[in-house]
Amino acid sequence: MNWMEYVNAFWVGGAICAICQVFIDKTKLTPARILVSLVVLGVALQAFGLYQSVVDYAGAGATIPLLGFGYSLAKGVAKAVAESGLLGAFTGGVTGAAGGIAAAIVFGCLFALIARPKSRS
Amino acid sequence: MKLDKQSYQRLLEQKSPPSPLPLDCLKAFLFGGAICTVGEAVSNFWQWRGLDTTDAAAATSITMVFLGALLTCLHLYEKLAKHAGAGTIVPITGFANSIVSPAMEFKSEGLVLGVGAKLFVIAGPVLTYGISASVIYGLVLVLLGGGGGA
Repeated sequence: MNWMEYVNAFWVGGAICAICQVFIDKTKLTPARILVSLVVLGVALQAFGLYQSVVDYAGAGATIPLLGFGYSLAKGVAKAVAESGLLGAFTGGVTGAAGGIAAAIVFGCLFALIARPKSRS
Repeated sequence: MKLDKQSYQRLLEQKSPPSPLPLDCLKAFLFGGAICTVGEAVSNFWQWRGLDTTDAAAATSITMVFLGALLTCLHLYEKLAKHAGAGTIVPITGFANSIVSPAMEFKSEGLVLGVGAKLFVIAGPVLTYGISASVIYGLVLVLLGGGGGA
């Protein structure tokens, strides 16, 4: 087993979170704005060809932070445009991130329904 | 005592407790790193089950979203988040949390406008701007002649 991949996932993922913590503490950015910015930034970084090497190096350390969600959107689009041109520009992003999106909606709904209201303690 | 804006700001900064930024960052680093390490293990599990890299990444996202939603449902994620800050917001488990949490809270408003609508309070903007950015990137690729078909 290769322990280095876990070390790399840990420190790169941790570093991304620590940088975002600086933004939360030092600016008035709400978590929602942080998440939106990360996804758009992830698309942009991959569009300029900068994120693939981070993913190759850090694995889940790069794909688990929300930047990775943008990365899958951008990667999906690039693949779909290469295969089917203009149509791919519209279908590729959601196709690339389909698993995560569907899981988020279905599990989100399911767990919200079975959750017990918070006990006031 | 009369205060103009600047001196009020100065006074406020003196009186408010020093922001424990280094500690916040350390905790975000440790918790965020730990969640990503779990993700790496999950990804290896799926690859060991025979999925290729792309499919394993998708399966890993699904698994981590499941875990994030489950922990939110059990009111455990908020306890983590109290300490971890960005360490629990930034990973995809935090995205799941941002979906389940408002939906749970507004359950009393019904299945459609309560759960169904509130799921998207934060996920909506994320998907809107994320998908829009990806379509713009796709259009640029098409204009640059990256398109194979069409």
